Amino acid sequence: MFKAKVIIKRRKSILDPQGKAAEQGAELLGFKNIGHVRINKEVEFFVNLDSRDEAMKEVKEFSEKLLANPIMEDFEVFLEEVDEA
Amino acid sequence: MKPKFGVVVFPGSNCDHDAYYSLKHELGYEVEFLWHKEHSLNECNVIILPGGFSYGDYIRCGAVAKLSPIMNEVVKFANDGGIVLGICNGFQILCESGLLPGVLLKNESLKFICEDVYLKVTGKSEIFTNGHNSKVARIPIAHGEGNYFIEPDGLDELEKNGQVLFRYCDASGEINKSANPHGSLNSIAGITSGQGNVLGMMPHPERACSTLLGNDDGKFIFSSIAEFIKKKEVENVL
Repeated sequence: MFKAKVIIKRRKSILDPQGKAAEQGAELLGFKNIGHVRINKEVEFFVNLDSRDEAMKEVKEFSEKLLANPIMEDFEVFLEEVDEA
Repeated sequence: MKPKFGVVVFPGSNCDHDAYYSLKHELGYEVEFLWHKEHSLNECNVIILPGGFSYGDYIRCGAVAKLSPIMNEVVKFANDGGIVLGICNGFQILCESGLLPGVLLKNESLKFICEDVYLKVTGKSEIFTNGHNSKVARIPIAHGEGNYFIEPDGLDELEKNGQVLFRYCDASGEINKSANPHGSLNSIAGITSGQGNVLGMMPHPERACSTLLGNDDGKFIFSSIAEFIKKKEVENVL
C-alpha cells in the first residue's frame, strides 16, 4: 500500500487569487520583503496496490481526470510505501 | 420537430428555475427538468446546463458536475451534433467536460460580480444568433470565476474559426478594456464549439426574458435556437 501526496500548482502565467490576497495581507502587516506568494494544493490519499508503478499510474490518472485541470495547473506526485492507512 | 428544452439540475444549480420559467412562461416553449442522476435526455432536443454552484464548486468549478451520469448523455448528444447551451456554471462544466476548450479563472478583481453588462454578437451562428449579427444586448452577469483563459495557440484557433460568439462591450457596442468586467482574454463572454452546436456563455440570458421585470434582451438566443429547430423540420419535410 502507498500513501500518495499530490501537489497541484497553478502555472506561473495564471493568476493565483489566494496568493495575491495573501500578498496584499503581507503588505498590510508591514512585511516589506515578501512577494510573489503562490498558494498550492496538497492532496493526500492511500492507494491499495503493491506495485509502485501501478500505483503511480493510478494516481496520475486520478490527478489528470479530477484533481488538476491541465489547462491551468501542473501536478507532482509523491509516493511513500506504508503498511496500513 | 418542435423545440423541447431540457434543463439539467445538479445539486447546487440555482438558475434552473429561472431558465425553466423564461422558456416556458415568457417564450412559451416545451421544457422539462433533467435530474443529474438520470441516464436519458428524455427526447429533449436542446440541453441547457444552468448557472449555480454545482456540488458546491469544490475542487474547481464544474469539476465534479462533469462526472454526473447525465453528463455522459450530454457529451454523446453534443458529439452527435445536439444543441447544448451552458450558462455561467454551465459554461464552466462544458469546459471541464472537454466540450469546449479553455477554462474560467477567478475574476481579475478577485470579486464576485453581479451586474448588468453589454454583450456584442461577434461571431456568426445559425443556431444561437441567427439574424442578430453585431447585435448589442444588455444581459446580467453573476459570477466569481468568469475570466476566460486559454493558451495562445487555442485562442488563435478560436479567433480564426470565428468561435467567439459574444464579447463584452459598452452600451454603444464598442469592445474595450473598461467594458470587460473580469479580465477575460479578448473580452470573451461566450464561445461555441468547433462544430458550432455547443455554446458556453458567462452572462445570463434566462434572467433577461421579461419586459415586466425590465429586460428581455436575452430572448433572442432562445428564440434563435427554437427557429433553427423548426426550420430544420421544414427542410427535412421538403
